[in-house]
Parts: sequence; C-alpha cells; structure tokens
Amino acid sequence: MAIFGKDYTPPDLHAKITGRAKYAEDFRADGMLFAKVLASPMPHARVRNIDASEALAMEGVEAILTADDLPDLGPLSERALTMEPLYEGEPILAVAATSELLAAEAIEKIKIDYEPLPFALDPLESLKPSGSNARVDGNTIVNERTEEGRRTVVKELRWSQDVFDEAGDHLPMGEHQDEWSYGDLEAGFAEADYVIEETLAHQSVTHHPMEPRTCMATVQNGKVILHASTQSVARTHGPAAAWSGIDGKDLVVIGEYCGGGFGSKIVGTVNMPIAALLAKKTNRPVMHRITRYEETYIGRARPGFQTWIKVGFRKDGSITALDMYIIQDNGPYGRQGDLSMGPTTASLAYQPQAMRFRGVSVLTNTPPRSAQRAPGGAQIIAMIEPMMDRAAAELGLDRLEIRRTNAPQGKAKVGPQRAEISSAFVHEMIDQAKEKLNWDELKTRSGQRNGSKVTGIGLGFSPFIGGVSGFDGLLVIKDDGKVHVHTGVGNLGTHSFSDTARVAADVLGLEWEDINVIWGNTGKHLPWTTVQAGSMTTHATTRAIHAAASDAKAKLQELAAAELGGSASSYDVSGGRVHPRGNRRGGMSLASAAQKAVARGGKFSGEELPENIHRMTTASATALAGQGLLGVAKDEYDNGGPLWSFVLGCAEIEIDVETGVLEMTNYTAITDCGTVMNPRSLAAQLHGGGIQGFGLARYQKWIYDPSWGIPFAHRFYTARPPTILDVPREMAWGAVGEPDPYTPVGAKGIGEPPIGAGQAALVSAIQDALGGKVIRKMPVMVENILNALEDRPQDTETLTAHS
Amino acid sequence: MPVINDMIPEFDLFQPADVDGALELLAKHDDAWVLAGGLDTFDWFKDRAKRPDVVVDLGAIDQLRGIREQGDGYEIGALTPLSDIENHEAIKAKFPMLAQAAQAVATPQVRNQGTLGGNIVQDTRCWYYRGGWPCYRAGGNICYADTPTSMNREHCIFGASRCVAVSPSDSAPALVALDAMMVVRSRSGEREVPAADFFIGPSTDITRMTVLNGRELLVAIRIPSTFAGAHQYFEKVRDRNAWDFPLVNVAAAFKRNGATIEDARVAVGAVAPYPMRLEAVEAQLRGKNADEATGKSAGELAIKGAKPLRHNGYKLPLMRNLVMRAVRDAQSAQA
Repeated sequence: MAIFGKDYTPPDLHAKITGRAKYAEDFRADGMLFAKVLASPMPHARVRNIDASEALAMEGVEAILTADDLPDLGPLSERALTMEPLYEGEPILAVAATSELLAAEAIEKIKIDYEPLPFALDPLESLKPSGSNARVDGNTIVNERTEEGRRTVVKELRWSQDVFDEAGDHLPMGEHQDEWSYGDLEAGFAEADYVIEETLAHQSVTHHPMEPRTCMATVQNGKVILHASTQSVARTHGPAAAWSGIDGKDLVVIGEYCGGGFGSKIVGTVNMPIAALLAKKTNRPVMHRITRYEETYIGRARPGFQTWIKVGFRKDGSITALDMYIIQDNGPYGRQGDLSMGPTTASLAYQPQAMRFRGVSVLTNTPPRSAQRAPGGAQIIAMIEPMMDRAAAELGLDRLEIRRTNAPQGKAKVGPQRAEISSAFVHEMIDQAKEKLNWDELKTRSGQRNGSKVTGIGLGFSPFIGGVSGFDGLLVIKDDGKVHVHTGVGNLGTHSFSDTARVAADVLGLEWEDINVIWGNTGKHLPWTTVQAGSMTTHATTRAIHAAASDAKAKLQELAAAELGGSASSYDVSGGRVHPRGNRRGGMSLASAAQKAVARGGKFSGEELPENIHRMTTASATALAGQGLLGVAKDEYDNGGPLWSFVLGCAEIEIDVETGVLEMTNYTAITDCGTVMNPRSLAAQLHGGGIQGFGLARYQKWIYDPSWGIPFAHRFYTARPPTILDVPREMAWGAVGEPDPYTPVGAKGIGEPPIGAGQAALVSAIQDALGGKVIRKMPVMVENILNALEDRPQDTETLTAHS
Repeated sequence: MPVINDMIPEFDLFQPADVDGALELLAKHDDAWVLAGGLDTFDWFKDRAKRPDVVVDLGAIDQLRGIREQGDGYEIGALTPLSDIENHEAIKAKFPMLAQAAQAVATPQVRNQGTLGGNIVQDTRCWYYRGGWPCYRAGGNICYADTPTSMNREHCIFGASRCVAVSPSDSAPALVALDAMMVVRSRSGEREVPAADFFIGPSTDITRMTVLNGRELLVAIRIPSTFAGAHQYFEKVRDRNAWDFPLVNVAAAFKRNGATIEDARVAVGAVAPYPMRLEAVEAQLRGKNADEATGKSAGELAIKGAKPLRHNGYKLPLMRNLVMRAVRDAQSAQA
C-alpha cells in the first residue's frame, strides 16, 4: 500500500495546535444559559423533598431540571439526575441561569431533605454478615440466563463470619456468582512442579480525560443540536436520544474533537440530557460545563479487584493450571465487564492447560464504572506478571523465555469456549524484544547497586481485544474528483478517524490529498459504525472503508465499460482516472465519472442501495444520493475469530533503598498489532498507554473516609495522574508488522494493551528491585516500597479498598 | 460543607499600589483575604470553603518583589516568584538549599506564579480541612483526620494538638535551617521574627499556621550570611516528580572544620504542623565527624518521640533516613 501505514499530517492537526479546534466547551451562542448541578453530599440517600422556590425566584434563574424530566429506563439504568443518589457527587438536579456564577448561587439556595441510607464502599465489607447494601435491593449484580434470555439482576449476598475468620491474610472466598472453567484443574495442579498463590488488590481508578464531559445544546427549528464530548459519534446519537427522551430525528450530535475518553465516553455521557433538556425547556442555548472536580465523580472509573490467584508450573515453565477468584468493585450501576475480561485475558496470555475462574461483582456507593483501556485485562495482567517473574526465578528460567513458553501463538485459544483467535505473532514479538532490549545484557543489571540505588527490570506481557467487524463504509466521489469518506467514528485524539480513511486512497489509487474525511456530526450523513472503543475502530473501520472503496472501484470499472466499451475488468482505477489497463491516460477522470454516475443513477449514484447495510447507512446514503458516485458496502470480509493485539513492555527502574523513591530510566514496548497503520500514532499509543499504566502502578487511587463515605482525590494534584517528569527519558518501541491474515488491510486495534504492559512491567520491575519482595496492593506508593525495604508492616491493609 | 465546588463566589477586589495601602485595607476590613500568587487562595475560593467579602491583591506592589543583597546577607521580597529564587545565581551559590527547595515546589508553571511569601504562609493541605469539613482548625470541635478510621497518610507524626495537619511548605524548612528572619509589617511598624518562631502549631493557635494576624503582612525574608556558602542539603520525597506536596522534606546546613561539624541546622517539613527544627540533633552533631554513623544516630534521634497515626508509620523511617542522608552528604561533599 502506498498511503496506508505511513506517517502523515492528519486533517485535524492544524486546528488542534493553533487552538481553532472547537471542543464542546468552546461553543457559544446568543442568549446562552449556563447549567450547574446540585450534587449529593452523601454516598447513599433518598431525596424526600426539593424546595427550589428561593432559587427559582432569583432574577436570571431560568429553569430547573430534575429526575422527573428524564425518561425512566429501568431500575439499573443510570440517569443524568436521580432522587436516590448512589454515590457522593451524584447529580440530583440542574439549574440553568444567565451566568454560571448565578447558577451556582441558585444551587446553594435550594433546600433538599435527604433521608440518609446505609452505604457500602468496600466490596469485602459489604459481603460481611454485618455489611451494608449499596442499593436498597442488594449488594451484588449478576448476569442471569433465564428462559426469556439474559438479564442483569441485583441480589443480596452475605458470607458467614467463618469465611472471613478462616481466610486470615488471604482473600475470603465465600459463595461466588460467576464461574467458568476448562480442563482438569486438579490434575493440572497435581502435575505442577511449582505452585504459587497470592492474594492481591487493584485499586479503582478514575479515567481523567483531559477534556471533562461538557455539553452544549441549542434548539434550532425544533431540533436539538448537541455539542458533546464523546468517543463515538454515529453510536452516540441513539443513546443521547434515549437518555434524553428526544426522538432521534429531532437530535443532531456534534463531536468533531474529543479530549480523550479512555472508555469513559464510549457512546457519549449520561449527563448529555442536562444541556439538551434545559435547552428544550428554555428554548435557549445551554452550556453545561463540567469542572475537573465534577469530572472525578460523574466521570467514570475502572473497577477495583480483590483477587486470589494460584498458578501451577512445570519445570520447563509451562503453566499446568490457573485458578483465580475475583471480587469486583462494581460501583453502583450496570454490571462491569472487567470481571469476565480479566480471566479471559489471562486465559489467552498464559495458555494454561486448565483454568478456573470464580467471582462476584459487588455494588458500592462509589462513582460509576465503565470500561477503561483494557478493562479487566490491565488489572489481571499487572497482578500475574510479577508472579511469572517469581516463578521464573524459582525454576531458574529466563523471564523472557518463560513468557515464550506460555505465549499464545498463531490460532491460540481464548476463554472457556476455547475459541481460536484470528492471529498472534507473539514469538516474533518476543524475538524482536530480545534483540531491541539487548535482553541478555539488560537482565544482568537486575539488582545492581549504585550507592543507595538498586536497579530493577520488569516485563509486562499484555494482550487485549483489537477489533470487531461487520460495519458499513460510505463514500462519495464527487464531480470535483475528490473522494469524500463519511465516517461515524469519533476523534478522540488517536487519529484513527482519518487513519482508517487512508485505505480509500490506496484502493482507488489516489493521493491522500484527494481524500476528504467527513466526521463528527450526525447531520452529515454518517454510516453505521463501530463504537469508538475497545480498540475496535482500526480493524472495523479499515475493513468497512475498504469495502466501500472497493464497491466504488467496481462501480467505476462498470461505469467505464458501459460508457467507453470493453469489459469492466479491462479497466483499472489509479491516478485520479478510471482507465484501460496499461493506459493510465485513457478512460476518464473521476470527476467526469462522478457526473456520469449521477446521470446514470441507480446504484451508481446511490438511488439503489445494497440490502445488507444498516438502516442508519441507508438513511445517510439516501441523503447523499445523486451527489456523485457512491461507494457503500457492508464489511463482509472473512473473519478469523476473536481479534487480539499484544504488547510486551519492559521497564528499567532505580529504587532508592533509603527513601523508597523510584525513578524510571527506560521503557520499551514491542507490539503485534498486525499491519502498522500510522507509525507515529502507534508510538503515541504504545508510550501513552504505557505512561497511563505507570500511573496505575504507582500512585493513582481513590481515598475515601470510610466512616463518611466521602472521597478526597477530586483534583489532579490529589488524584495524581503521571506528569511528564515521571516519564522515563528513554522510551523506545517496535512492531512486528505481520498483517492479520483475515482482514484485507491486516491492521488490528492497539489502544488497549499498552496500558497493561506499562503497568505490569513497572510493578514487576519494583518487585525485581526489591529482590522479589511482594507488594500485594496497587498502586505501589513510596511508602509501600519503603515499608517493604524496612520489613515494616504496610500502613494500609491489602484488602481494604480505597485506602 | 460546600454544596457546590469549582465556582468562585463574588468578592470585592482591592489592588493597592503599596504596602501602606494594603495595611490600611487590612485594618479596615476584618475578614480581608490577602492574595499573592493565588495558588493556595483559589483552591479555597473554588471550593467555597472560604468566602471573604474583601480580597486584597498584593500583585501591584512592586516593592514586595526582588532579591537584594542586604548587609552581609540577602533580602527576598515576599512576592518574589519561586522561579526567580530557583534561578538566582547568588542564591544558588550561597544558599543552594533554598534554590533547591524553591525548585522542588509543584511545577514550573506554579513556580512562575507562586511566591516565596505564599509558599511560606500557605495553609495546610489536610483534605478534611480543605474540603470544608467543620474541624477544630475550621472552628469546629473534632479532628476528622485523627479517628480510628481516618485517612491520614500525609498527616503529622510530631506536634499534634487536637489537629494533626502538617505544614506543606518546601521553602519553610530551608528558611528555618538558614536562620532566616521574617519581616512582618503592620500599621504600627515592622518587626523581624526568626523563621523558627514564625511558624506556630495548633497548641499555640489552631486556626492559623504562622504568627501573622489578619492585620499584618509578611513583606520580606532576610537571610543572614551565617551559612552562606556553607555545606547545605535539601531533599524532598513526594509521590510524583512534579505537582506534589512533600511526604517528608529535609533541609540542613553545616559549618565544618575539616571533617568535624562545628555547627549545624537541621529542619524537617511535613512531619509536624510547622517546619520542625531538630535542635537536639543539631546539638548531637556538633563536634562529630560527618559520616554515615553520625548520620544514622542523628536519624534515630530525629524520630525519637514521634507518634505515627494509623496510616503514616512510613514517615518514621523516611524522616530518619532523610536526616541520615543530610549528614552523610556533608561527608561526601568534603572529598
């Protein structure tokens, strides 16, 4: 491919670096009001009464919005506002006023009568006989299969005191609600030459995108135009309509730029109805700016895990059995997929001969959870990778080799169904890492002392899902000779919204300058597209655009044959023309082909559309019909099974044994993500994800006062995402670059696995620097390192959440 | 407690052109709030936990800025940005630990905006107190940070008295160790207060962290030549390499004769409600050789009597080792 896979300047770059790019907060309109929310001051309560009379009497206070104004989408569905707040900070009502300050003053004047309810912050505490329920109807959330299908229900679950008494230092493991297994676990452990088991904890972590979930809405001719901060665009429209109770045809979602999401804004944000409905109510534009403080509670978070893991190894390092029990901190709303994605990821990463997973998802009165970059995968990888290193040490094996021994390769199997994945080139990845890291020399630095500093080396092998398929592509070749690619994905900073469109240039033999990407506005006729999440965009959208471009190419060939004679296959498309093979100057230009397509109509111009495309694509293509030659098709290319990408991270650190202070000196990430789509952007994903993982490993966590249920880490300086000064000076990367054989372009998504690689590599490096001492809780803060070095007990218990 | 955050309430803003004008405003308005760089102030205002009607912005008072040679030492205007101190050639040469302490504050952006005076008089960062909880320090009758379930990793191991919050300043221990004098002005005149006496604990007054009353201004900091060019040490341990308050910091200055310590100053921050000068350690160090053994016994002595809370036991070895490192460093620097 001439275009795809090369560095280039994405079409949004100038706007971003000059500040002309407009995010939701940058929009202004005449007569615009500002909205502010009143947030619950307690972790769980029932609102008995709202007295807003004084606020509403204030000059300039225009409207109030409460849960009564929102559609009821069922008891487990979070809404923008609630009468039963389930966490401190959950919005109860919103006020629109002529200034933001006035809205805040009005909020202060509203009197709310709360009935405080029992609350639960820590999953294990909630499971105790004396524990509280986070929701009035129970403390766990379960997916059940019934005759009518799957449903999610809240249940009450208590374990006997004996379960806790007998556990001692280990994870109490009472009745579980989730389980799967394969192989003969008992035989696996019996066969093992070395068995390691550990009780470990992983914190809950806020996503912290740079742009908070601000919304601005206007009403024009009866339609609500919503400027949102969202990862996806085509897929935000439906949820925004449903959450607001606005008919989809009366709603336009605009999100051309998004300042990051990491999974916290997949289909938009649940607060979108506040601006939308206040705008409808007042018939005026409404800006609902979310502050950083608010973002930390109404933003999303990764679920914490309290975990027990047991692994059996043969002498050669191969894993005979893997057993794990996970208690998931689910937050107060919908059931989180981390609980199943964690063990699924482990099943692929380590290819155990037999495996069992048991778990329970416990509701807590803490901010709502959602997928966060490698949901479940990052947590479990960061827990198991240090165990792999200890096993290697115990068995006298090289740490890279023990990973190769267990690595998924080729059509490796995943999960309890033992499904064959599309492809894995992990052996090639490990080979490249070995060379690039100069591993045989590097590993000798492990444990070296330099004054009070000791060196640690750590590896993190992290797989995660890298794609879906079956979506639609849509493009128009217009009479300007340009190809206008309509894409429904969002632009959350990864460049994939335009990277994926580069496929069209290659299929149609064009220069990148001939491609115009149309994105970010559901009023601009977007095709049905994957959600921009779970690293699905690259795979799904390169395929869909490939299908649409191929459709356009076939139509051009057919059109040329009809207009100029000969067979369709005697024509080729390149250099801006459809021309007889071997004669690039013959035939006709794409500009004139577009005109002829319009004249001919039918399928050429979009008057006739394929049957198999989604109704959203049909509507968009119908709106575009007659504007040129339409390429429109559903991705029906082969599928090789679940698609996974892989990253191996390696961290080199120094720990000062007198202070516990840690400096990272080097980080390298090598990936198998199929064909490389955009090298510069890939480097940013590998390193950026790695850095995010460093934050999870080292210092990002919540602090809750357990008596009051109130958190403290509301600002960046208390929540501690990594700063640029915490990033190692030396960072390198590499990619295997082998195409996935089942997809025409061969590219797999790569957003997810870098975080687990960075996190696991750093935690492993800390363990290495500490001479194999185990720190059972993440994040590993300065005091955890120092206490371990001083052989002191830790200042917080492993299994106490949010401490 | 505030019901809404991140929205600064209205106030009357005064921007006096000179110190006398500022003092006049402070005398006139009982609840006037003094604003310098704003980095302590705006968090309070955004959280609506402090809402004065009157704010006196010192930003226009040029006489409060600048680093001047004065007599045999230096005088630093209270409004001097931390970045000016960190980059000042003479300060770096004569009082390197002050430059290092200034450089250890927060981020480059914060240091461009934040002032030395502000860093000295800043309020504590106890998150219960900052969150607007009605604790002792805020005029209530409980310490939320010192209960059997409190979260108090950052809190004190010395000097608790109803309140367990710590002084979060990086510059304060350095100034204590340099025998700095705080120049305090009021309408009745100017007084000099030794740095070690300028900071007060909750047993003296639980509602403030310095001797300043509401009608006084810290106008300058005078650093005598006592330790100019002498061996100095500053180290701060924090979670991140930027934008973090100290878990513990140490500042030390040594006068030596050969290998022998003739005189020393050692001050530690973030372990007590004030920067803590370790006079017993200083006394023990006099006449000793600066080496690891001396450092170790200094470290042990430093933490004698410490009372850790539920979640901050790590501060004992951390403080002990930082004091040890300060002393040991005096040895290595001789070679």
